[in-house]
Amino acid sequence: MIEVSNLTFQYPHQDQPVLQGLSLTIPTGQWLAVVGKNGSGKSTLARLIAGLLPTPAQTIRVNDLPVDEAHLAALHHQIGFVFQNPDNQFVGATVEADVAFGLENRQVPAAAMEPRIEQALAQVGMTAYRHHQPEQLSGGQKQRVAIAGALALQPQILILDEATSMLDPQGRQTVLQRLQQIHQAQALTIISITHDPVEVAMADQVAVLDQGQILRLATPAVVLNDQALVQQVGLVQPFSMQLRDRLQHYGVPVPKEYLTKGALEQWLKRQLATRA
Amino acid sequence: MNNKVLFGMYLPGNSLMHRLDPRLKLVGCFWFVILVFFARTWWTNLLLIGALGLVIWLSQVKFSKYWAGIRPLMWIILFTAVIQALFSSGGQVYWHWGWLAVTSAGVAQAGFLVLRFFLIITSSTVVTVTTTPLQLADALEALMKPLKYLRVPVSQLAMMVSIALRFVPTIMDEVGLIMNAQRARGMDFSSGSLFTRAKRLVPVMIPLFVAAFKRAEELAVAMEARGYDPNQARTKFRQLHWQRHDTWGTVVWGLLTVALVALRFVK
Repeated sequence: MIEVSNLTFQYPHQDQPVLQGLSLTIPTGQWLAVVGKNGSGKSTLARLIAGLLPTPAQTIRVNDLPVDEAHLAALHHQIGFVFQNPDNQFVGATVEADVAFGLENRQVPAAAMEPRIEQALAQVGMTAYRHHQPEQLSGGQKQRVAIAGALALQPQILILDEATSMLDPQGRQTVLQRLQQIHQAQALTIISITHDPVEVAMADQVAVLDQGQILRLATPAVVLNDQALVQQVGLVQPFSMQLRDRLQHYGVPVPKEYLTKGALEQWLKRQLATRA
Repeated sequence: MNNKVLFGMYLPGNSLMHRLDPRLKLVGCFWFVILVFFARTWWTNLLLIGALGLVIWLSQVKFSKYWAGIRPLMWIILFTAVIQALFSSGGQVYWHWGWLAVTSAGVAQAGFLVLRFFLIITSSTVVTVTTTPLQLADALEALMKPLKYLRVPVSQLAMMVSIALRFVPTIMDEVGLIMNAQRARGMDFSSGSLFTRAKRLVPVMIPLFVAAFKRAEELAVAMEARGYDPNQARTKFRQLHWQRHDTWGTVVWGLLTVALVALRFVK
């Protein structure tokens, strides 16, 4: 469980705080999507939780561990972080060497690394690429390696800071599918900062950030259904929702809750079958 | 890819030389260079040529490729040899002009000089052609380990080297990208004098440096997030394993040394 209480944070070179008295609780095993315009403080919040910025005292606790200088090592044990740029987090010369990097830092003996690397690569579907060099991989593949690098360390929390924003649609979809599988297979808490409506729809909860505060905390269906809110934070509604709204506009009684593309297709097929 | 071996370029392969322990290759090469300076007679040099021939043969890389790698350096070697020939004295005088003279001793010394250059450059090329830069970095780290006791930050240096090697292709891509961006703005990199061309590279270098610093910062944060602490001990995933052929390699090099010493002193 992550508890953020009354968190205010200001960068030294700015004259206004990015986060202003923000409070948030993320239960274990939840997938939380964090959305908001650029500069709303999403990335800052994620970095503060992971202890990558000097966190104000007594404001964040991760699994009852206060986030501060003294607990950094223990904190990095619990939290895996995947960044936006696929190139700038690839440390190793090959895929397996990159996944091994975190294990080397943890002083895992070489013999014990092998099964963990293998498992992490299998989880993201990159086993066949283990001897590849970064230049031989696409952006999406590099991000999957980054996720594997985090998973190999067996974290309880995985933070994705716009991890899919630099990927092409196909790469993004593969990464998200893998994440969903991993999330379902183990009680991994996921915090994903994103602008992608599909990624938002995958989450259990959505936190909408605006001007350093939480504007709304609700399920994806509620947030994505709120046209005004969606526009305000610069999101785009997922395709299935746009289609649903159009159908409703023409008088087709589509259910109000959020449906994924697949679910909407199912619903339409059922309707067509009963009509015929 | 061009099939020319530039001085130091790795060629993938699975020959015995490729499989040898990089530590042995590095030390062996260093030792060979010492032996080269130790060899002063025709017989000893012949022995070294033979040894070099053996490793070239074992590397299963064609000699013509090595030759293509040495050729660009040939002018410097020849120039040095000519200077050597003109300025040394002794033996029979073939030709002289003022204080410049070509003597038999000078020609012999120049000949040895060319041979030495050839032996040193080729033997180190054998190492770099059969060893990936990363393996070399690993070997260097392993060999420098004793320096840790002198407070030399060996593992940090090794991490720097391997990150530098990892980012060479990435930065090269970036150079291409920036050059294309500048070309799209009407920049012409291929005409003008050497000075103008160099000056035109400034708008490439500046964004490149800015990007490299940004990259470095992001990489540093990413490494920290994955628990990297430069002052902490780390385990190693890539282990170097000493194998039987490495022992054999050492034995062969030892015998070479003995033979060389014998040839030099027996006469």
